[in-house]
Amino acid sequence: MSDAAIPQAERFKLSMLIYDSRYRSATIQAVVLTLVLAFVFWIVNNAVTNLAALGKPIRFDFLGDTASYDINQKLIEYSSTDSHGRAVLVGLLNTLLVAFMGCVTATVIGVIGGVLRLSNNWLVSRLMVLYVEIFRNVPLLLWIFVCMFTLTALAPQPRAFRGENPEATMKLWDSIAITNRGIYLPEPLFSRSLGNIDIGIFLISVDLLAILAVLGAGIFAARWNSKRANAIQTATGDRPKTLGVNTALIVVPVLALLVILGFHIGKPALAGFNFRGGINMSAPLIALWLGLSLYTGTYIVEAVRSGIQAVNKGQTEAASALGIRPGRTMSLVVLPQAMRIIIPQLISQYLNLTKNSSLAIAIGYMDLVSTLGGVTLNQTGREMECILLLMAIYLTISLLISGGMNWYNERVKLVER
Amino acid sequence: MKKTVFFGALVGAGLVAGASAAATLDDIKDRGKIHCGVTEGTLGFSARDSEGNHQGFDVDFCRALGAAIFNDSDAVEYIELSSKNRFTALSSGQVDLLYRTTTWTFSRDVDLKTTFVGINYYDGQGFMVPKELGVTSAKELEGATVCIETGTTTELNLADFFRVNGMSYEPLPVGGTTEAKALFEEGACDVYTTDASALAGVRAALKDPAAYIILPEIVSKEPLGPAVRHGDDEWADVVRWVQNALVAAEETGVTSANVAELAKGTDNPEINRMLGSEGSLGAMLGLDADFAVRAIAAVGNYGEIFERNIGENTPIGLARGLNALWTEGGLQYSPPFR
Ligand SMILES: N[C@@H](CCC(=O)N[C@@H](CS)C(=O)NCC(=O)O)C(=O)O
Repeated sequence: MSDAAIPQAERFKLSMLIYDSRYRSATIQAVVLTLVLAFVFWIVNNAVTNLAALGKPIRFDFLGDTASYDINQKLIEYSSTDSHGRAVLVGLLNTLLVAFMGCVTATVIGVIGGVLRLSNNWLVSRLMVLYVEIFRNVPLLLWIFVCMFTLTALAPQPRAFRGENPEATMKLWDSIAITNRGIYLPEPLFSRSLGNIDIGIFLISVDLLAILAVLGAGIFAARWNSKRANAIQTATGDRPKTLGVNTALIVVPVLALLVILGFHIGKPALAGFNFRGGINMSAPLIALWLGLSLYTGTYIVEAVRSGIQAVNKGQTEAASALGIRPGRTMSLVVLPQAMRIIIPQLISQYLNLTKNSSLAIAIGYMDLVSTLGGVTLNQTGREMECILLLMAIYLTISLLISGGMNWYNERVKLVER
Repeated sequence: MKKTVFFGALVGAGLVAGASAAATLDDIKDRGKIHCGVTEGTLGFSARDSEGNHQGFDVDFCRALGAAIFNDSDAVEYIELSSKNRFTALSSGQVDLLYRTTTWTFSRDVDLKTTFVGINYYDGQGFMVPKELGVTSAKELEGATVCIETGTTTELNLADFFRVNGMSYEPLPVGGTTEAKALFEEGACDVYTTDASALAGVRAALKDPAAYIILPEIVSKEPLGPAVRHGDDEWADVVRWVQNALVAAEETGVTSANVAELAKGTDNPEINRMLGSEGSLGAMLGLDADFAVRAIAAVGNYGEIFERNIGENTPIGLARGLNALWTEGGLQYSPPFR
């Protein structure tokens, strides 16, 4: 072997960064990355110096100042003497509330609608197509306005409930009032309440905790009872009846606790300008919830439909060959397999719905955008800080949702063999 | 979408520095017109007429500026701003000034970095309710639903008023007058509250004005006036002294009818200095000597502007009240032209 035959270890030359295809792509990526970072740095630096020059450096201490404004729909205690930070928290909870309610109903609408969309009944499937096309092809904001204005224009005013022969009456044995300002539902009350625990940010009802604890214990006992029954069955071949005992184990202690606590239903009643008492779902909340659910529902209908259609027809045929009824075929054979196609689409619809809930500001529902990005931003003049915070919060919510859904997806997805 | 807002804000902030460093008056002269921020429609103060032109009390002050700077009261572009976005529009340089029923408050002046240069209308917050409710005082509003426009001093005063009086209420926040009016007429709220002057305009525009009453309580001080960006004193001076000229004109009896005559010279040195036949006040402002003559010729003096747009013979029907001249028991007063 001669020396010449050994390939010389190539010396690295700078020009290779451009001419050598081994390095070229890395070079390009590094250059682009540097340019992008420089651009971002330039913009951020520009904003920071200019804001400072204007006498408005970026600071977040305004969150501790008194908010001085009121919020109508709130899940936790709040008054105008609380801080902007707390107002933001109230807004955040309102966003989460409407997003949660919306996701649940949109899913229900979507799953039922998706199955009906594939129905063999011509009328039913056409109706579903009509629903999807109408709601999907008109901007969501308009649907929210339609819901809001239908409610405020058609539902009676609270004062219509007044007088000897009122124009409007309450529904369901005088327990529900539907007004153009919102719907008032009956609320659970306890005459011998255990009070609340203050955990700093909000109050937790001890009654609720007690009920949950008793319920949990009941379920635990029932489980134990079923296990015992299983054991007896394996030992003797006879299975003792468990249904009655289990129900009793769960229901009786809870009922007993309710009686002890003096549980009763509080009905809303007209007092002055408005109804008082009961649970109030304000008109903006209802309009936003309906609008979001109906709109997002259409996308879920399509997701469910495509998911079902993606399941091999052989599966349905095999199921019917085994004599399984169509309804059970759908729920036991097709839907579980369709899920792995549906879920990723569902994730993005949940994310959309949550972000779209920021349209709340248009109809006066005090969500995160209306509090932090609306009144707080306006009254304090901290545009930059508020927008940055808003983005961070929405990003966090979205990541949490998609993280959670991805985890669920991992669990239900088909294990390929 | 969030991203766009973010970059918009950043770029906006970038513009801020550009705008505030440069002299606004020079920019305006280069551009050939003033960008004046007005409301999206407050009858009497700023609203479009049937031809789509802006008319109103605040609009006339913008026109006076156009006349003073360009000798053309139409050299103004009106930019309609909601209560919410007005300060951002001002600080980002989208408008040169606000004549937008904007209340002069400490935090807006100091913390929001706007500079208020005068008060063209002394106002206060009032309440309007349907007569049918039988309410005669704001103290009887316990538990009522109240329509308010967000981004205003109104929503803060409202919270204070109800808290101080130990009453509760349900706020229904809305983005602008049009929506608020619609919700109020449909009974989605019992009470409509805003500046008393605007309330009169809103009431006049309702389908059946006689079915509503304005309650006697005025619960706040709302000195409304022009606002400019912090840090450009030359431009602030121009806006301040054009407005002062209109008030001083009423004080000294100069009107749109006689201003041309008086501009030739009178035996009142104050009038002469203001109208430019003596001294060089106009040049000190960076304007022509006859800036005040043009402004007054275009829109009249303060009293004329008031009577034409919101006075007792208009549908708005406001009395001069606090806005009478100081010599007649009101608060309108111009520092001397000397
Ligand atoms: N003076 C108060 C309120 C000003 C205000 O925004 N008024 C409303 C009610 S009259 C308005 O001008 N609305 C017109 C619009 O929606 O553009 C303030 O400065 O905050």
